[in-house]
Amino acid sequence: MADAMEQLYQQVILDHARVRQGEGELTEYGGESFQINPTCGDQVTLRVRLDPEGERIQALGWTGQGCSISQASLSVMHELVLDQPVARAEELGAYFRELMAARGKELDSSRLEALEDASAFTGVARYPARIKCALLGWMALRDALVQARGRA
Amino acid sequence: MLNPDTVRADFPLLGRTVRGGKPLVYLDSGATAQKPQQVIDAELTFYAQTNAAVHRGAHQIAEEATEAYETSRDVVAEFVGADSEEIVWTKNATEALNLVAYGFLNASLAAAAAPGSAAAAAVTPEAVQRYALVPGDEIVVSEAEHHANLVPWQQLAQKTGATLRWISVTAEGRLDPETFSVIGERTRILAITHASNVSGAITDVEALVARARRVGAYVVLDACQTAAHMPVDLHALDVDFAAFSAHKMVGPTGVGALYGKRALLEDLPPFLTGGSMVEVVTMEATSFMPPPQRFEAGTQMVAQVVGFAAAVKYLSELGMDQVAAHESQLTQRLLDGITSVPGVRVLGPQDATDRLAVVAFEVDGVHPHDVGQVLDDAGVAVRVGHHCAQPIHRRLGVHASARASAGVYTTAADVDAFIAGLHEVRRFFAAPSDTGGH
Repeated sequence: MADAMEQLYQQVILDHARVRQGEGELTEYGGESFQINPTCGDQVTLRVRLDPEGERIQALGWTGQGCSISQASLSVMHELVLDQPVARAEELGAYFRELMAARGKELDSSRLEALEDASAFTGVARYPARIKCALLGWMALRDALVQARGRA
Repeated sequence: MLNPDTVRADFPLLGRTVRGGKPLVYLDSGATAQKPQQVIDAELTFYAQTNAAVHRGAHQIAEEATEAYETSRDVVAEFVGADSEEIVWTKNATEALNLVAYGFLNASLAAAAAPGSAAAAAVTPEAVQRYALVPGDEIVVSEAEHHANLVPWQQLAQKTGATLRWISVTAEGRLDPETFSVIGERTRILAITHASNVSGAITDVEALVARARRVGAYVVLDACQTAAHMPVDLHALDVDFAAFSAHKMVGPTGVGALYGKRALLEDLPPFLTGGSMVEVVTMEATSFMPPPQRFEAGTQMVAQVVGFAAAVKYLSELGMDQVAAHESQLTQRLLDGITSVPGVRVLGPQDATDRLAVVAFEVDGVHPHDVGQVLDDAGVAVRVGHHCAQPIHRRLGVHASARASAGVYTTAADVDAFIAGLHEVRRFFAAPSDTGGH
């Protein structure tokens, strides 16, 4: 297989697409978001619950259908933001959007390190049609957090 | 017999490479076809020699442009077995279908208005008589429709109080004859695709037209998928309206056509209004031109119309019987090839009878987007997603699919390269336990 596909589908992405973290319905939650990618019909429903102070992500669950990029991105995102302060989750989301806008160029090392497994998505940004796949979960998280905070 | 290698040489884009020097294997003609040099030259020559506003101006170039515009109508009409006055230029098939739906809506609004009011007088009495829908009237579509031949009717039903009913699709992706009985006494419109852009199944138009005639319903045919792939004779099919689009017929984007029987277009209220479609305009009221001009408001896409005529001339010279025979062989090759790959399922009829070379498929455990990505990396262009036809996907039990579709220039080698790519898709996304890793 050509290098291009190895670079796009990093092993960490394939692994997360197969064994997905955070997949499942959360019954107690403060914020919920449904996102759809109209070009392919991929969709996700993501729910988030904050701690009583409304500062930290206590639980995160998602259900949906999608390609390996969207599913792996959701799984990696779950790992990254669970038990993190809301502000940190939003910061990571901003880094990830920056990564997707970078057309395959790497971010500076501190941001790339902060993104941990999500840095494996660097190659996705070379394929404009796939950026939306990678962002689907992050869009849902941003939206759900706004609601959860509004209620906290 | 059509020689696709000779045909191919006419299409400059097919000579290019993709993804780092790989020859292009273009299997997305169902979405849009590539264009032969003859079509590109026709547009170029129009702009270089003949460009002027049509149906206005007394100068020589305006005369020539008008002549080119109207001659193109004759050429396209003949290609689909229609008369020239029965062909209306639209920007695409979606607009053509909306034009009909809005004609019904405008008549319905006038019918529902207070007698004697300005709103009631907005369309002719003939328009009201033919086209006004009332609550309880029914519009029948099918589950196999492209959104372009579903959403406008859904909207029309919502706005008029008519009921939308539909013909179901079998597990094989064909319209289910058992459900043709939804066409009943209250059916006013039957809007149906000539062939599914997902399953490739060709519709038994004759049987459906016969049913529609028994109840006095108008038949609207979406011929987008068939017009470039088999002989289409609209008079012989006896449908009332039909829509098709140049860009799927090796012609330009930006132009499509509506066919309508002469008497029906005569009574249909206009959709878009403005310049070029009027007779007398006062500050109070306007009278409209007869069809087809009544439906061609504003400056038209003249160069594209000329390109459209060049495209159907190109197809006619190949011979539509030849095209259909060639593509039928490709259908068989696609079906045989796909079914030879383990874990890949065809979404649609499994044999080439009454079927176009449009083959949607599902790869077990691999999302269509990922299928398309790995094929693209091998230079193979297919469509992925729901192909603007979500209901039939739902019916076939999938969320989305990948789809290979052929055209006049598709070769057996293209199909073989695609099948090799499918094996690569399987290998790349195999679970580690299957093969020891990708």
